[in-house]
Amino acid sequence: MGMWTNLAARIGQSLTNFLERFGAVARLGGQVVTLSFTRPFELAETIRHLDQMGIGSISIALVTLFASGMVMALQFAVGLDRFGGKEYVSVVVGLAVVRELGPVLTAVVVGGRVGSGTAAELGSMAVTEQIDAIRALGANPVKKLVVPRMWAMLIALPALTMLADVVGITGGMVISAVELGLRPLSYLSDTIDGIDLVDLITGLIKTYFFGFGIVVISCFNGITTFGGTEGVGNSTTRTVVISLMFIFVADFFLTRLMLVFG
Amino acid sequence: MTLHAGPPLIRFEGVAKAFGRNVIFSDLTIDVFNGENLVIMGGSGTGKSVMLKCLIGLLTPESGSIWYRDEEITAMTEVEQIQVRRHIAYVFQQAALFDSMTVYENIAYPLRAHLKLTEDEIGERVALNLARVGMPDTEQLMPAQLSGGMRKRIGLARAIALEPEVILWDEPTTGLDPSNTRRIAELILKMQAELKCTSLVVTHDMTAAMLVADRVALVYDRKIASVLPKERLAAEPPGSLIKSFVEGTLDL
Repeated sequence: MGMWTNLAARIGQSLTNFLERFGAVARLGGQVVTLSFTRPFELAETIRHLDQMGIGSISIALVTLFASGMVMALQFAVGLDRFGGKEYVSVVVGLAVVRELGPVLTAVVVGGRVGSGTAAELGSMAVTEQIDAIRALGANPVKKLVVPRMWAMLIALPALTMLADVVGITGGMVISAVELGLRPLSYLSDTIDGIDLVDLITGLIKTYFFGFGIVVISCFNGITTFGGTEGVGNSTTRTVVISLMFIFVADFFLTRLMLVFG
Repeated sequence: MTLHAGPPLIRFEGVAKAFGRNVIFSDLTIDVFNGENLVIMGGSGTGKSVMLKCLIGLLTPESGSIWYRDEEITAMTEVEQIQVRRHIAYVFQQAALFDSMTVYENIAYPLRAHLKLTEDEIGERVALNLARVGMPDTEQLMPAQLSGGMRKRIGLARAIALEPEVILWDEPTTGLDPSNTRRIAELILKMQAELKCTSLVVTHDMTAAMLVADRVALVYDRKIASVLPKERLAAEPPGSLIKSFVEGTLDL
């Protein structure tokens, strides 16, 4: 009997903790939105983060999508060939890349790279009292630290995704030409014919949600870090885990929602 | 000493603060008077820094009230507290300099946050405050290039850039060698004399405490257990709390 009440109490406690954290993260999200449109705008900081996040993530995003485009082309070539539909590889790969793989995989690699970096940087600032110092000196840490990262992310992630889409399709084209003997130019024109603007836009809309989530989650974990260097490690790990889960779960709901409206 | 003339500048009234189940203060009450250097002593983890952080609103007490002049800090919004922070400076234990900024940008930070100054005026104020802490011409250095004692002095220069009325010193001499300890103690006295500042100094460094204190308070058993003028300390009977703390015989 005692064991069961104890267990129930512990489940209740962890549920309360989860809801408290969720509430705190949501509050931070709300603050970021309000403060994003109030002066002064931290332009120099925003540009610095844009460079770090955007330019710094180009290579990993492109390599990831190029490889994924090639794998998709190989797999669909096998699958579609059974039904005699090899010529549809271009359209299927193109749609998969533009609607799903481009936005999600770009968010995953950027989320892993930028999310961990942000959590570690802000976490180090928190344990060395630099975040307290920002407040003590009369500034707002959300305005100074989170808002510039948010603007940078909301510019960088959609841009990276568009680049990644192009490279993913190119990866599919290369494999189709080398392995399946399809002509590259007709592959490209089939892809372009097969993809609507709506497909591209629904993919890009997702990236805004992903980007917002990555920044809020990583900044929240960073700012609330305690317990020295070990605490910084914990915050970084938690950020990567939660960001990735967020991307996949949000992707499902966003896809479902967009199929209703689009 | 004219310490107790007039109403207190800062007043803690029955302040209680806990982190989860860890109760830091249950009933903390003390008055701080204009122009004095109050040294707050106590064992590690007794919440001396928490007391300072509650005073400027970085932490919020569960109950009780904290007053600065006739304003209740504990009843203010964060925006109102920011106005009070302009007058109460916090010197952090490890200086808390912004690693990504030069010494110049660190000291300019509060000036930019609170005042509308031209870049020339900011440059002058930065140079003035660097001179005050005895570190002129170091504007372009990065925090990583500075020693521990130097970082503390830059932290002070940043804290006093807005000409505060009160300076909160969080373990100002911890981790410093004797000559740097003496130098920081001299700076605390210099700030009292030059800027007419009131200082709250949290420390367990007895040498520094004896150099700078007008009064000494002991945090013990989740409250201020004892407050005395420094000169009365020697006359305390051997068994008293504060005497036992100073002599290291108090069980913390």
